[in-house]
Amino acid sequence: MHDENVAFERPEYIREVLDAKNIGNIKKPLTLWEKISNVGALRKFLILFVLAAIWQGYSVWVDNPLIFPTFKATIVAFYDALFRGELLSRVLVSIKLLITGYSIGIGFAMVLTVFAISSRLGSDFLETLTSMFNPLPAIALLPLALLWFGLGKISIIFVLIHSVLWPVSMNTHSGFKSVSNTLRMVGRNYGLTGWGYVSKILIPAAFPAILTGLKIGWAFAWRTLIAAELVFGVSSGQGGLGWFIYENKNELEVAYVFAGLLTVIVIGICVENFIFRNIENKTVRKWGMCS
Amino acid sequence: MAVFETTRISDQVPPPLLKVEGVTLQYKTKDHLVTATYRVSCEMFRSDRFVLLGPSGCGKSTLLKAVGGYIKPVEGTMTLRGDEINKPGPDRIMVFQEFDQLVPWKTVKANIMFPLTVSGKMSRSEAEDKAMFYIKKVNLANFANVFPHMLSGGMKQRVAIARAMAMEPDILLMDEPFAALDALTRRKMQEELLQLWEDTKFTVLFVTHSIVEAIIVGTRILLLSPHPGQVKAEFNSHMHGYQTQDKTEFAELQDKIHRLLFSDIVEEGEGPCTTKT
Repeated sequence: MHDENVAFERPEYIREVLDAKNIGNIKKPLTLWEKISNVGALRKFLILFVLAAIWQGYSVWVDNPLIFPTFKATIVAFYDALFRGELLSRVLVSIKLLITGYSIGIGFAMVLTVFAISSRLGSDFLETLTSMFNPLPAIALLPLALLWFGLGKISIIFVLIHSVLWPVSMNTHSGFKSVSNTLRMVGRNYGLTGWGYVSKILIPAAFPAILTGLKIGWAFAWRTLIAAELVFGVSSGQGGLGWFIYENKNELEVAYVFAGLLTVIVIGICVENFIFRNIENKTVRKWGMCS
Repeated sequence: MAVFETTRISDQVPPPLLKVEGVTLQYKTKDHLVTATYRVSCEMFRSDRFVLLGPSGCGKSTLLKAVGGYIKPVEGTMTLRGDEINKPGPDRIMVFQEFDQLVPWKTVKANIMFPLTVSGKMSRSEAEDKAMFYIKKVNLANFANVFPHMLSGGMKQRVAIARAMAMEPDILLMDEPFAALDALTRRKMQEELLQLWEDTKFTVLFVTHSIVEAIIVGTRILLLSPHPGQVKAEFNSHMHGYQTQDKTEFAELQDKIHRLLFSDIVEEGEGPCTTKT
């Protein structure tokens, strides 16, 4: 009898499938070349190498060490300043200032965020403040800082705090707010309250956002510091890296100016790629909390 | 007040473990105060697999959360071993429907140890032994040191169940724990849950909107009507399981429940689906 539900009747069948080991190589190792080209650091190193080659070629062609020193001259100047000059001590001055400003800024950000998550008014307060001050470039406050605190470390630390405080507290706060309701209920289910709840549930759950805040804060602080030092670095007898650049420009030691800029870049890359990348690998990446 | 179809042998009843009396629950949405359940009463006894069954919006999840201590009733009382429930606590561990209930920054083993140590119930080494015991029970021994993001949905739910059972709470609260799983995994998880129950005879309050799941998983089923949830009926289903699925009694019970739920929806019309808190 013909069934209207099928176009035509076909026979049913059941088959034996082959065992996986009979099919052959289903898991083949990649070739050496494929493995090498998978290493991100190597690929980036290659790009850097090409850029340095272009720089060297162009500067040789321009042939004007006052405007555009060669890559080789910059490296020589860098080496000279680092081991015979005062580059290292300048860098240390800058880093010390940076760490001071960065940690005070994070401390303030923590206080503000705790205040913000504990009450609705606190949350409104933080949101208003961040929307006011976050777009304000820290360097724009420098004249005011000079007026209030004079020419010195305190003025630089003041602008550093400003550059760190807002991005860090904004990210931390939005991180806390986006902790899933399920996780919050899980935490309360275990009887966690107060600081235990914040430290064991909220902070780890918001850690990706907190880390982003810390990274942005670091980048802002580093830029602000160099800019502030360029303006008035030689405050208390010892200038920082920004002042090193400014000084060498005045003396028309352009290769040293380039070496100073190179140092700024190298430190930036190191912090980003070693410190923050390491923290990321040990936390959010391991936990699968970021893409 | 709804009529109870109980057939209780009133002489030898032990005191109930959980007693819900005339509980009305309300929650706020953006512009409404929604009454989720209205004067619900029920009793749960030790080793019950008590199922809350009803259509969407009958307040069954809200009722479960109230037992969990997350929502305070506006009317009525809930007591666990005679003590009033007024806040969440580790004596009632919840298993949620969502896969993100495991903390992503801890391994499977550490996730199970987390409530054991944080509630001060036992030391780290004791917690570790207990965690391993329950990891083996849910057949995840090879995944003890893996982070949750590397597990499938079914595995995550197994870890959540192991975590809840390791706490050995007075009541396990399960909020549609298998609803987000595919049909094959769901069936397997139901079987595993029943197997675990055979081992330890824990008490569980289980929310579902699947009639078949209710009959198979539950020993007793509380039927709630929608908008707001009111008790409609209570049925025994301890005699049913996978092995009785072909029997006519199973089909009859299924049919009876279906008609009760279905008549309601016709009466009330298909109201808007309110979001659960």
